[in-house]
Order: sequence, then C-alpha cells, then structure tokens
Amino acid sequence: MKQILIISGKGGTGKTFFTGCLATALNNKVLVDCDVDAANLHLLLHPEIKETHDFTGGKIASIDEAKCIQCGACKEVCKFNAINEIFQSFQIETLKHSRSVIPSLPILCHSERQRRISSSVFQVDELSCEGCTICSYVCPEEAITLNDRISGQYFISETRYGTLIHARLGIAQENSGKLVTKLRELAKETAQEKGCEYVVIDGPPGVGCPVMASMTGVDLVVAVTEPTLSGMHDLMRVIELSKHFNIPVKVVINKHDLNTEMSSQIVKAVESSGIEVCGKIPFSEDILASVKAGKPFLEFTKNSLTKEIEELIGKIT
Amino acid sequence: MVISVASGKGGTGKTTVAVSLALSIENSQIIDCDVEEPNVHLFLNPEIKQEIEVTSVVPEVDKEKCNLCGYCSKVCAYNALSVIKLDSSGDVILFPHLCHGCEGCILLCPEKAMKPAHRGIGMIKIGSFDSLEFIEGRLNISEVLAPKVIEKAKAYAKKDKITIVDAPPGTSCPAVAAIKDSDFCILVTEPTPFGLHDLELAYEVTQALKIKSGVIINKSGDDWLIEGFCRKNKIPVFLKIPFHRKIAEAYSKGIPLVKAMPEYKEIFQKIYKEIREII
Repeated sequence: MKQILIISGKGGTGKTFFTGCLATALNNKVLVDCDVDAANLHLLLHPEIKETHDFTGGKIASIDEAKCIQCGACKEVCKFNAINEIFQSFQIETLKHSRSVIPSLPILCHSERQRRISSSVFQVDELSCEGCTICSYVCPEEAITLNDRISGQYFISETRYGTLIHARLGIAQENSGKLVTKLRELAKETAQEKGCEYVVIDGPPGVGCPVMASMTGVDLVVAVTEPTLSGMHDLMRVIELSKHFNIPVKVVINKHDLNTEMSSQIVKAVESSGIEVCGKIPFSEDILASVKAGKPFLEFTKNSLTKEIEELIGKIT
Repeated sequence: MVISVASGKGGTGKTTVAVSLALSIENSQIIDCDVEEPNVHLFLNPEIKQEIEVTSVVPEVDKEKCNLCGYCSKVCAYNALSVIKLDSSGDVILFPHLCHGCEGCILLCPEKAMKPAHRGIGMIKIGSFDSLEFIEGRLNISEVLAPKVIEKAKAYAKKDKITIVDAPPGTSCPAVAAIKDSDFCILVTEPTPFGLHDLELAYEVTQALKIKSGVIINKSGDDWLIEGFCRKNKIPVFLKIPFHRKIAEAYSKGIPLVKAMPEYKEIFQKIYKEIREII
C-alpha cells in the first residue's frame, strides 16, 4: 500500500482539483481529506455519509460559580489569557443608593463598597483555553473541572470513487493535528481491510501542525504549486518541511502558462534542490468550469488536457 | 481601528486585498499574520529595521534539586515531559515541540527544581514601505505554536494607526488569533461552490467572535451563489474583482493590485469609508 499526500504550501493552487483527478484515475484506493479546517473534497466527490463520530480533542476548563470565591488564582497562572474577570459594576450602583439612604454609615459603606468592587465573576474563554489544566491545580476551592472538548466530527463515507474519510473541525478548535492523525489511522485501517493499493490524501495548506500530521509516514508528497512569487515562496517552505521528514517530493506546476518566466524559475529552484518537476498543467477555463460544476475534472470532460493529466498521474504512481 | 482580511481558504486573494487596502489609506500599518506562509513582504519589499525572536517558555530542570518524583510529567497535559527513574539515577526528558508553554510544571514542581527557559519558535520583522508600516510574523519550520507568533506580531502594532491584518486561512486557532480584537473583518471569496463553502465557515468565525464583516468577491463572474448567501445574512458586498489576466500577471510578479491598476485605489478608499460608517 502506498500513501500519497497532495499539498501546496499556499491555498488555492489546485490541490483539491488534483486530488479529484487522482480519485478518478486510480483504482482501488481510500481517499482522505485532511484539510480539516476547510474540507472541500466532498464538494467534488459527493459522498454518502455512512458513519459520523464526535472527535474529542483535548480538554476545556470550566469554573463552578457556586464554589468560586473570586480569589483570582486561576487567572494569575493562566498563560493563555483564557480566564476573564467580569466586574459586576451594577452592585456598586446599588451601593451608592444605599449610602444615600443610610448616610450615617459612611465608613461601613466604604468598606462595603470595596468588597463589592472586588466582587466579580471569573469565566473561561472557550476560544482561548488550551486545556493545560493548571488552573484546576491552583484553585483552592476545587471549583475548576476539566471536561472533554468536542472539537469536531469525522465521517466515513462512500463515494463512486471509493471510501472517503473526512471531517469537520469546529470553529476555533485546535488539535487539528490530532484530528488529521485520527483520519489517517482510519484510512490506513480501511485500506488494509479492503486490500487497497493506495491512500490518497488531500492535505491542508501551510506548514503547521495539521500539515506535519498529514505528512508523517507517507510514501510520497506531491506539491502542487502555481507560477507566482507567493506560490514559489510557499513551495520552498513545504519542500524544506518534507526534507525535514525525509519524504520524497514531486512537484506539479498548475496554471504554468500564466507566468512562464516564473514557471521556469520554479523549475530551476526545485531541480537545484534535487527534486523532480513531474508535470505542468496549463491554465484552463475547463478546469474552472469543472470545479464550478462540482465534478472531478477527468470526468467532466475528455480532451487533450485530460490525457496529459492522466499521463502525469502515471508518472507519480 | 483594526480591519482584518480573512477567508475560509488560501488563494482567494486575501493578501491582494490586504496590501491594496493598506496602500490606499493613509496612516496605516499592515500585519502579516499568515505566519506559516507570510506573503505580504513579496508585494511590498519593505525595508526591515528590526527583527525580534519569538520564544516560548520551556522548563529547564535543575538536576541537583530534582528527585525524579515524576509529578511534572503527571501534570503536563500535552505529554511533553517524561521522567525516567532507574535505581538511584534517572532523567527528565522534554519534548520541546509538544510543550505549549503553560509553565504548569515549573509552578507545581514540589522541589522547585524547574525554571523557565526560552526556545525560539518564530520571528517578528518590523519595517516600512514608504509611509506604510510593516510587521510580519513568521513561524519557524516544523514549529506548531502559530497563535503565539501571531499574538506577538499583533502586540507590535502602533495604536494610533489604522491596522490591516492579513489573516491565515482556515477557521482554527491561528485564524481566530489573527481575527480576534478586530473592529471589522473583510471576507474574501471566489464565486465557486468551494468559495461559498469556505465563506460560510469564515463567516461563522466572525459571528463567534462578534465581529462585523463584509465581502469582497475575487475572480468575479457568476456571483449568484455568493450574493445569495450575503443577502440572506445581510452581509454587504463591497467589491467584485473580475478575473483579469492583467491582475493575475501582476500578482504572479508580486505587484500589488493598486500599483498595477491605480484606479483601484479610490475603490479601496471608498470601502474604507463604508467600513468606518458600519462600525
């Protein structure tokens, strides 16, 4: 079994379009969409979801207001600024009123007022909490508990092209690396069960944790790039990352005729680092139309370009 | 005022919009928060005046004091510490890439045997291009703490300037770290089913953060998909940038849109005015 990962460094270069081509051209494979932030492969492959599972990644703190004595120790130790102190100013207002009602007690009122100003509610900012659990250790009242955080869902689906493993990460959730690892495990198991020849992985953009999780243990990285300054810049960063993991890389330049000069610069830069540019795909209105129609390109139309892409895929596999 | 430029996905034209907007308005600064793939500098070629390393705190063990009790490894939620004890000797092993810098181990060590040390995870570059101030965050290769670098980059913003934030793609923690605390968010999208799907996600992020937003459609054409979504959610569509070979070529060479087609300058100024009226 061979695991092929499609990445790009930069988004919008045609990763998913190319994965769609592989989905059509290769037999006997499992497909995985590891761009869990903004999964798109399902828009081309139209899966029928067979299984849905919750993904719990990490923990999240929660403060029991009834137990909390507002000492602020949790806020003090939190390195992620995830604990908000919300002052209850309306209580001060009430107090001004009571002071005017009982003017004979100014001192008491003063101390009373002090106490009330410091009376506040501590709350966990769910978007910032990283589940480090340290607040729960320092809380003298044991008012903080750590709960499992459901940070997304993952799906096992069937498509006309084979099994698709995909996911949807909740907004602002971290642990996308862990979710990617989960998807990869599932895909590998499924491929082994079914005796599949390939696992084709549509990767996330960038060089951060989800990309690294997509990359570990694959047999080949195909980097799809475009002939722009930013395309080249980001390509070199993913190549560096692949080298870091010791994984062979092949490069595909998409829309290569949009800037032929930049294309040849990319070829030069890539080849000088010992990596093969295995294909160039021209800019094509047909490709754009296939994306708009939500169909893998090799199925959408048959022409000289589809043939060229099929040959290119032959070089990768 | 802080205006962030975001999109569910990369390659939609975020950087094009962010750079052009920053170049069109006066007294502005641009912060490149796409720390995994910073691209703004390619369009501005700014003169860099200052480089600051971004560090994350990792524990350093004082072997004299450590009695290998293993408590640090127990409290570490990220499995970044492992304590090995063999008869009378042993070691505390740190996996620095797993450490989130919560400092829990340092705080809670019963023997007070740990102290904070610093590990470089990225760089902040500060410079300028003409009168435009430039700040870039860049994550080191094979590092994962993107939000830390983003927050640090944002911390260098000057308060008296109009700040344009070029956000990273996606909807997870780095994107949220970049968009958080903005006064307004411009969502850049493309009129395809992919574009709509990603716009929906990005819009959800702005809703979760309670930030008002508006849309710019890039590579405009059959825009009914996007326009329908915007109408339904009452999101203003500020601009439609057509797919134009001249624009694509300028982009590929690293020339900002407003330099290649100066008529866009006025358009971006108008968008800025509209945003000011909304917030």
